[in-house]
Amino acid sequence: MDPLSEFIRGITKDNPIFGLVLGLCPTLAVTTSIDNAIGMSAGTAFVLICSNLMVSGLRKQIPASVRLPIFILIIATFVSIVKMVMEAYFPPMYAALGVFIPLIVVNCIIIGRAEAYANKNNMFYSLIDALGSSAGFLLVLVLIGGIRELLGTGGIAIFGTQLVSIPINPITFMILSPGAFLTIGILMAIVNYRKAKKLARGG
Amino acid sequence: MVADASLFQIFMDGVFIKNFLVIQFLGLCSFVGVTKDTKSAAGMSGAVIFVMTLAATVSFLIYNFVLIPLKLEFLDLISFIVVIAALVQLVEFVVRKNVPSLYRSLGIYLPLITTNCAVLGVVLLNVLNEYSFIQSVVFGASAGLGYTIVMLMMSGIRERTTLVNVPSSMRGLPHAFLIATMLSMAFVNYFGVIPL
Repeated sequence: MDPLSEFIRGITKDNPIFGLVLGLCPTLAVTTSIDNAIGMSAGTAFVLICSNLMVSGLRKQIPASVRLPIFILIIATFVSIVKMVMEAYFPPMYAALGVFIPLIVVNCIIIGRAEAYANKNNMFYSLIDALGSSAGFLLVLVLIGGIRELLGTGGIAIFGTQLVSIPINPITFMILSPGAFLTIGILMAIVNYRKAKKLARGG
Repeated sequence: MVADASLFQIFMDGVFIKNFLVIQFLGLCSFVGVTKDTKSAAGMSGAVIFVMTLAATVSFLIYNFVLIPLKLEFLDLISFIVVIAALVQLVEFVVRKNVPSLYRSLGIYLPLITTNCAVLGVVLLNVLNEYSFIQSVVFGASAGLGYTIVMLMMSGIRERTTLVNVPSSMRGLPHAFLIATMLSMAFVNYFGVIPL
């Protein structure tokens, strides 16, 4: 196995959202702005990396029959850490993400990677896998958040700095919940279209 | 925060205004996963109403009578997830032993519920909103009811549109998401504007 290709696999083929379709709830709920998307991906990435490392390090000690409850306990511990750190040091971000920070616990991406990858591979590759999946998750969240923020507020601001602004009437629809479904539906259709085209070319 | 909200308001919040699936995006995996036909959507919804109400009840008791007196509030997340997992397991045993016909229709959906974020979401929102015991239970049950309504609508629409000729790259999930867009618009526009 080549570490670089393992990393890229997490962004492309095994992308948590478009490839594996895991963890839809945070993807749609917190992507009203790029700020929230970055905060959510950072929290998820921390939990994913730590839990992958821990599961991989303990994989010889964990009995196969009770592995899922143990994974959940490991994940819940790290999520509690993220929750407390965010509450203490980034209160505005914590208020914006609300109940979705504790809900990282039931995010299928994390338990999915623990079960499918970290439980079978050594710590180094598990770390690479976690980094790749986190990067894939971050990219998709920032993409969806960017589209919704741009169309919904007429501009993109990252942590208070205005980056882009377009002269349109803000479409409030995109910030509300239907906009999230519309954005991910269209993006997923584009991904499917590209895949079908690639297949037709024989790639 | 809203601890003095009336029961009717909490009920309307749970079912329509803060609908778990189309407004708050909780439990989406099952929303796109098991809505291909009405029968499995109904089975899943039944199991969710049941477990959600129970989880709201039990976790309220645990949080207020075990964690707070012992000053262990920081363990809330871990204890809730353990409680839900144990509860689902228990419900499975009891239903299988006593009501085999119900078990046959709910059976395979019960284990799925442990990782359904809607159930953990109800429990966490109850703590966040500082609801009393009755309010927590009402919120749990009404959130389950709202979940059921949307699941049944969604599966009905998807059943009727299986034969519609959509572009090939739109088939499956993208199509489901566009249906969800319209459902969500209906909920935002019809129920979001009613001041309670």
